[in-house]
Amino acid sequence: MTDLPLVGVPRDTRSKQAPTPSTGKPQRRRRVRRLNGRDKLVLGVMVGIPTLIQAVFVWIPMVLSIALSFTKWNGLALSDIKANGLQNYKFVTQNYPPFWPAVQHNIIWLAFLALIATPIGLLLAVLLDQKIKGSRIYQSIFFTPVMLSLVLVGIIWQLMYEKDNGLINNLLRTANTSHAVDWYGNSKVNLWAALVAATWRHAGYIMVLYLAGLKGVDPSLKEAAAIDGATAPQTFFRVVFPAMRPINIVVVVITIIEALRAFDIVYIINRGTNGLELISALVIQNLVGEGQVIGVGSALAVMLLVISLVPITFYLARTFKKVD
Amino acid sequence: MTTSVVDTTKLTSPLDRPSAGPVGKRHYGTHIFLTVMAIMWLTPLLWTVLTALRPKSSVDKHGYFSLKGTYNFDNFTKAWNQAGLQKYFVNSLIITVPTVILTIFLASMMAFAVSRFTWKFNVTLLVMFTAGNLLPPQVLAAPLFEMFKHTSLPYSVSDSGNLLNTYYSVIIVDTAFQIGFCTFVLSNYMKALPDDLTEAALVDGAGVWRQYISIILPLCRPALAALATLETIFIYNDFFWPLLFIQNGDRLPITTGIKNLQGQFFQDYNLIAAGATITVIPTLVVYVLLQRHFVAGLTLGASKG
Repeated sequence: MTDLPLVGVPRDTRSKQAPTPSTGKPQRRRRVRRLNGRDKLVLGVMVGIPTLIQAVFVWIPMVLSIALSFTKWNGLALSDIKANGLQNYKFVTQNYPPFWPAVQHNIIWLAFLALIATPIGLLLAVLLDQKIKGSRIYQSIFFTPVMLSLVLVGIIWQLMYEKDNGLINNLLRTANTSHAVDWYGNSKVNLWAALVAATWRHAGYIMVLYLAGLKGVDPSLKEAAAIDGATAPQTFFRVVFPAMRPINIVVVVITIIEALRAFDIVYIINRGTNGLELISALVIQNLVGEGQVIGVGSALAVMLLVISLVPITFYLARTFKKVD
Repeated sequence: MTTSVVDTTKLTSPLDRPSAGPVGKRHYGTHIFLTVMAIMWLTPLLWTVLTALRPKSSVDKHGYFSLKGTYNFDNFTKAWNQAGLQKYFVNSLIITVPTVILTIFLASMMAFAVSRFTWKFNVTLLVMFTAGNLLPPQVLAAPLFEMFKHTSLPYSVSDSGNLLNTYYSVIIVDTAFQIGFCTFVLSNYMKALPDDLTEAALVDGAGVWRQYISIILPLCRPALAALATLETIFIYNDFFWPLLFIQNGDRLPITTGIKNLQGQFFQDYNLIAAGATITVIPTLVVYVLLQRHFVAGLTLGASKG
């Protein structure tokens, strides 16, 4: 899970408790002029080192990825790199059998997270936001899978899904019979099995975000709606939910990016083959193992990059508009 | 279940709120629904622990789906000693500790510079830092792998002769990948601290470094604690970068190493369950001790929004 694409909302959307950001730009600009040479040098180092690390290990590799996607290379000597035009893209879209299934699976992954996992998280948050007994215990239970890596989630669910020894088939009483479903092994169902496992973790994460969001909604809004005679669902969908707009945007972005980043679970199950093809897994299959085809892997990576940039740009544009 | 969902949403009516004092009848639907969900959520965990506690011999006799037989910690000791979990744990520690320290330190410097001072490109850089963290890591995999493979190092530093198969490769890429997120969060936090704080220090002749170390950083303690907790879990749970960079099984951290357990002890689900349980323990310890920080980290910015 290394990096849940965690994102916060900029602080200007927040209301009370924190110290107010004071006066602002004119003053700050003046201060820059007051900096002496030594201060400027210190600031330069403070900015320089992190920026250099970002440049060398994130930005430049991103550009290189694009460049490599137009080449043919087996990953050995640098002198073997040959220009290959758009051939890799052509190959991937026309002659690479796992590609379109992978695209389809990524779309299913996104739809499942968006239509099932995320709403479950929202529902749990709404229910637990009430003053009910044991709310904290419930929260802890739903939250526990969020602490686990997706790899561990995959392994724990493997114990559930195992054909003859897993809990599910034993509960269904199909274990050790010919009706037993191999949930991870059967390419007709393994995508859904993996999605259930992913939901187990995703819903808790969304719940935490929405619990925070719900606490931030001004109670007087709800009171006003109630006085106007709104029913509870009306109050929620027309007043509370829209009032959580900043969180909603974060959740939408997280859900899309999680769907594009899905990798760990399918890789631990079967390296992303046999019904579990995902674009991210295909990238890696082309980079490691025998017959490295760096160009093809990079072309797939670039497609993933281009798709990812849509939600990323949308999110960053919204987040930083006010800062500018 | 669907009906109880409908029933319970009604209970979120704001009118229930003020009079929510006595917890009574009205929440039955909610409780039934939540209890069912909680059981579903706990089942995989309990099943894993149960499987881990039963020795293979007992399972062979009574089957997996049974509570009969003996219970002991044999699988745990076997996973720890024979399957190499001990080694993986040390590797996780070697990778996680420097990464978290480096990430927080570098991100706090960057955040300080972009949030407390206005200069050309400060917002642009912050946007690019944040964007980097949101990319799928697979996008960067090929170039980083090849860059590391073609970086020659003396054999005294790396026995592969290059950056592959080293802890450094994972530490530096993990750091680079996480700096963006931490910078974003910390810069929002620092921006909200009043200007007067550093103004006063400036009048007293404190340089930029003094302002950062003795004024801003101590005030960011809650955010730093939350981020450190969160990043520890993130790095501990990272699967992908070690998978890509480290081929030598002896250097894998636990989250990636557990994959080998699966291959090595293919049919021994009890051992795999024990391995999974052991892997969860550090995160659970963090969860129990630092839950507040962790949740604060997850919702940092968002909760204050």
